[in-house]
Amino acid sequence: MMDFFSELASNPGITKAMWPAFIETMQMTLVSGLVTVLIGIPLGVLLLTSNKNGLAPLRWLNWLLSAVIVNITRSIPFAILMIALIPFSALVVGTALGPMGASVSLTIGTIPFYARLVETALKEVSSGKIDAAKVMGSTRMQIVRKVYLPEAMPGIIDATTTTIVTLIGYTAMAGVLGGGGLGYLAYNYGYVRYELEIMVVTIVILVALVQLVQFFGDRISTRINHR
Amino acid sequence: MITVSDLRKVYRQGSDEVVALAGVSLEVPTGKIHGIVGHSGAGKSTLVRCLTLLDRPTSGTVAVNGTELTNVSDNQLRDARRRIGMVFQHANLFDSRTTAQNIAYPLELVGTPKAEITAKVTELLELVGLSKFGKAYPSQLSGGQRQRVGIARALATDPDILLCDEPTSALDPKTTDEILDLIKKLRDRLNITVLIITHEMHVVKQACDSVSLLEAGRIVEHGDLDTVINTAGSSLATTLLPLPGDAPRAEGSGDILDIIYSGEQANDPVLSSVARRFDIDINVLAGAVEQMGEHQFARLRIQLPATADTAEVVNYLKSIGVAVTQKGDAK
Repeated sequence: MMDFFSELASNPGITKAMWPAFIETMQMTLVSGLVTVLIGIPLGVLLLTSNKNGLAPLRWLNWLLSAVIVNITRSIPFAILMIALIPFSALVVGTALGPMGASVSLTIGTIPFYARLVETALKEVSSGKIDAAKVMGSTRMQIVRKVYLPEAMPGIIDATTTTIVTLIGYTAMAGVLGGGGLGYLAYNYGYVRYELEIMVVTIVILVALVQLVQFFGDRISTRINHR
Repeated sequence: MITVSDLRKVYRQGSDEVVALAGVSLEVPTGKIHGIVGHSGAGKSTLVRCLTLLDRPTSGTVAVNGTELTNVSDNQLRDARRRIGMVFQHANLFDSRTTAQNIAYPLELVGTPKAEITAKVTELLELVGLSKFGKAYPSQLSGGQRQRVGIARALATDPDILLCDEPTSALDPKTTDEILDLIKKLRDRLNITVLIITHEMHVVKQACDSVSLLEAGRIVEHGDLDTVINTAGSSLATTLLPLPGDAPRAEGSGDILDIIYSGEQANDPVLSSVARRFDIDINVLAGAVEQMGEHQFARLRIQLPATADTAEVVNYLKSIGVAVTQKGDAK
């Protein structure tokens, strides 16, 4: 047992490569997570409001967003999507490689998923509350900002937690396809060189990361939920 | 004052047309509480949605103090709506906001200064008896308290009309009476016009000055409470003053009369005066006496002896202002 740990402490895969790989994973998760939230929330709102019974029904827009963009993107396996997006990533951030390059495809892969979850959370706001807001003379923008978003916030936080957890899983895959990070480390040392301990440590770190995200996500959601 | 004229709403269901409102006209004077009763499916919900213009009526108009709400642009409609405060069956408060923030909502919409909002909210909380609950969230309040917050929120814009949609249908009897008392108190204090849509006759008895009966999308009976009750054969009268279900069956062959009288006469010995005048014995089969608003109302089912001259008795009763329906000839 002591041998196992002393071996770990002297393994360059852990002492030298682990920390940068961890930073790369965090970079990918945070950058794509942030952009996903920034684009996904408005997209979720649009999915809801452009719907037939929404605040501003707009049939063609709803069809375009829902059937074409969201559903098609979600039905393509992530690994395939990433490869397909290599030219696009190169165009946007100058490279398809490294954490920044991977973040582009990660973001595009998760936005539709997140937007759907946001839309579902918004749908939970009872129509009675929306009627009340209308009767009091709210504009559509006020209904979105002052009623839909605050009332659905616990659900939106839950959706964000789920999405970040999914994203952490995706970063491992993105790592293998040139993004770097813990996924790449586990693949290189664990699979290619068959160093089991690196694989184990990577998995432990990923599990801890997911637990941490879920824990804080749940806490925030509970704190702001007054229902 | 709210004036509704010839309001029609027709829905399309595939190729079928469903007439939800078939021309509803109504006028409630300032400071009066008017009840609209009807069974489910009578068009109550549609009427509420058309009055607040949540649904646009197919034709007809709604006007508050002479200002028409129908046929205006979206912008004007938002301002117009602020003249109608609405109270919902389930209060429909915002869960993410405290009581005070809920009441502040309609004021925030038009950019009212903070200090002004605080003052108004404090005043409204006091008005509905919830001064201590400003910081509580709706989930921490009872059903009755939530409805009080809903009423305070509806009053925040100083509306001319308070429109209550089944305001007590989700509440227990004691809380129902408290909310109705509050509505009456607010009417007295603010001289606001109140429209209560309900299926509960109790609400009408307890709070309303006048009442309309909605059936299949039209108003089939309406009037002040005492007028409606004193109208022979009116179905509002019989539902407002129901006879006990286990009333004994009549025996013998004498004619049976349903008599309804109110106000002064309810205290007068109507029956004994008939008995003395015609020298007959009167058998009371069933009866209900109730206080509604200011007045007392009585409904009796009586049987005359076979020998009595029914027409004479009916004429006499009518001459002293009693509404009479003869069982057998009316339905």
